[in-house]
Amino acid sequence: MTEAYNIVTNKTLTYQQQVIQLAKLGENTDTSIYVDPQFTKAKEEGMICDLFEGALPYRPRYIVPDYSILMKNGSAFLELDPPKDIWEATNALLIMYRHVPSVTTFPVFLGNLDSLLDPFIVDEKEAEKAIGLFLLNIDRTLNDSFVHANIGPQDSKAGRMILRQTERLQCAIPNLTLKYDPELTSDEFAALAAKTMLVTAKPSFANHRMFTSEFGEGQYALASCYNGLRLAGGGYTLPRLRLNNIAKNASSPEDFINNVLPKYASLMAAHMDTRIKFMNEEAAFFKSSYLVKEGFLDPKNFVGMFGLVGLAEAVNTLLGKDSKHGYGHNKEADDLGVKILASLDDFLSKHKAPYSENSGNRYWLHAQVGIEKDGPDSSPGVRIPIGSEPEILKQIQHSTRYHKYFPTGVGDIFRFEETWIKTPEALVDIIRGALSSGMRYFSGYCENNDVVRVTGYLVKRSEIARLEQKEAVKNDATILGQGSRDLAHAFDRRVVK
Amino acid sequence: MAQAPINKIINFSSVDGPGNRMAIFLQTCPFSCWYCHNPETIKACIHCGDCVLTCPSDALHMIDGKVVWDEDKCTQCDTCIRTCKYSSTPKILEMSAESLIKRVREVKPFIKGVTVSGGECMNHPDFLLDFFTLVKAEGLGTLLDSNGFRRFADYPKLMEVCDGVMLDVKASDPAFHQELTKADNSMVLLNLEQLLNTHKLQEVRIVILPNKPDENERTIRYVASIIQDKAPLKLLRYRPFGVRDEGLKELGMGNTSLEEMNRCLDLAKSLNVKDIEIK
Repeated sequence: MTEAYNIVTNKTLTYQQQVIQLAKLGENTDTSIYVDPQFTKAKEEGMICDLFEGALPYRPRYIVPDYSILMKNGSAFLELDPPKDIWEATNALLIMYRHVPSVTTFPVFLGNLDSLLDPFIVDEKEAEKAIGLFLLNIDRTLNDSFVHANIGPQDSKAGRMILRQTERLQCAIPNLTLKYDPELTSDEFAALAAKTMLVTAKPSFANHRMFTSEFGEGQYALASCYNGLRLAGGGYTLPRLRLNNIAKNASSPEDFINNVLPKYASLMAAHMDTRIKFMNEEAAFFKSSYLVKEGFLDPKNFVGMFGLVGLAEAVNTLLGKDSKHGYGHNKEADDLGVKILASLDDFLSKHKAPYSENSGNRYWLHAQVGIEKDGPDSSPGVRIPIGSEPEILKQIQHSTRYHKYFPTGVGDIFRFEETWIKTPEALVDIIRGALSSGMRYFSGYCENNDVVRVTGYLVKRSEIARLEQKEAVKNDATILGQGSRDLAHAFDRRVVK
Repeated sequence: MAQAPINKIINFSSVDGPGNRMAIFLQTCPFSCWYCHNPETIKACIHCGDCVLTCPSDALHMIDGKVVWDEDKCTQCDTCIRTCKYSSTPKILEMSAESLIKRVREVKPFIKGVTVSGGECMNHPDFLLDFFTLVKAEGLGTLLDSNGFRRFADYPKLMEVCDGVMLDVKASDPAFHQELTKADNSMVLLNLEQLLNTHKLQEVRIVILPNKPDENERTIRYVASIIQDKAPLKLLRYRPFGVRDEGLKELGMGNTSLEEMNRCLDLAKSLNVKDIEIK
């Protein structure tokens, strides 16, 4: 039996999921792009992972269109006039989402929805109905948890409607981020967002000031899990260093930083160079897509994302510490973590990245959240291992030492007792403090929600239960959530009381 | 600077006043309530050494006639608290206002202010004055959670740097108050009026008892007649968790029923109290 046969006969896959997997199988029959045998070896040994991105990148991994152009000009390719009311606006967006590719085949960015839709709000009751239907349509048709919308930083009618409807619908999709700046976001809007987050596991809070200082005013978006990317651009590719495994090849922290890590970092950077050149020089996407032709995207705004995972376990291996006494609990371990990131950042600042003009011609670090196959000894990005989290204050203070290194994405997740639902303004105090102290991205949810945040994406526990009954479920990511729950204890985070 | 025995510091609390706050619990209390959830906060340690013998983690030692607690070795199993026959605990840190403010500064970006509770915070008024003066200099809020045993008007300097008092009114009937807390309530009731008149009454709290509907009603009627719509009222449900045998004997093993909570809520509403919360 072939792999294709297995896909076609798998009863837990929907038709759409089978199409996606068969396409990947076909893509991987091609060998046009050179892959360094050393890279392949590192991949096989578990030192580097390419996240199954495929052998022949026919589009960038993450695409972040500037949807304001659709609102202003419509689209010639999609034969859409500029929308004139809330129904036309939501309809135009839903049409365009079907034509925005990504590594998952679904759009990983849906726009800053409140600023896109607020101008069309006339009759508030009608607008709220339109927004509710719009969100329902997204959950049922863009059925993948890496589909991500943004709101904020300003309070708006549309923003409040999106939050209210998000709470009412209790859907895993879309992922949602509030761009939060205490000076631009009203306390009331922030508290509404915090309450919605507690009961629906979204939105997360992004550090608007930090992202703005790196990308420029209004020039960034949060896509997929929590990926900071340039608007009208995106991320070319995202492989990752599996630091937890790489550390096992080092004889000491110095050996790791000076010899072992640079070897794998060079292999990965060279691999990224090749893929990005292919995307710009050979693949049709940047030459023929309406997204580029009509100004929704500019190739100069794309960046290569240099991922890493398992910093906690790497540090603990290098220092011979267990997870309760090492990274997150010990200054020596935390200092070593910072030193490792500084050395990678330094490496990237010296490696000239192709076709990355608006990103300083370099790759940017991304704290990858892990995949279900990583198992329990590989914590997401720079997070403290689940089960060894200190109290929330210490966990936040720890994260603030690391988040500045990751413009293309890093974040931490906190699980709260139900009592916090009554005091969302107290949670806003914590979030405000966390972001002003240097945390980049804050996610939370209540301990017993149906919708829960796994590592960076959301799933419904009720869908996992259906999957366990061997039923096919709509959301692509439910199976990933099941794996992370079983293999990485992703549902067992410490509860903040 | 004055020192105080600190029983516990909670860095983030969402239930001790508005917003996220650091909550600090001071040792010793002049009341001994039936329903006390933290009876180990009532008395100062007499250094008898009983707990040193039962500590399974070698975290308690008798040094120069005093029980000394090793915080690093402690696993928070609370065997010492269960051993203690004097409503106390060896896990006390004597801290000055200056050393405590350092802890506050570490948490400052995350909090609206501090709330000092107990035990009874007003057993340490000199410390509170020093501490709140420092907290105010940081631009943070200052609340007291008190049983009203001491007359606040006697501490005008403290009240200048204190934003407000969350006042427990355990019972309005003097005889029942005496029975319930082993203390007199005339000062509590005086404080209720004076704090309201000086705009320092943050909220009033009444614990609703499971088996004393008449006392519940009497206390609510009294408090409502004073505060009316001018201060928030919290009705706290009695829960047996942590309560001593003596209290369990009087109040039982069950929570106050939701029916009784709602009856009290409706009663308070009918008496013109506007801001009422059940907890």
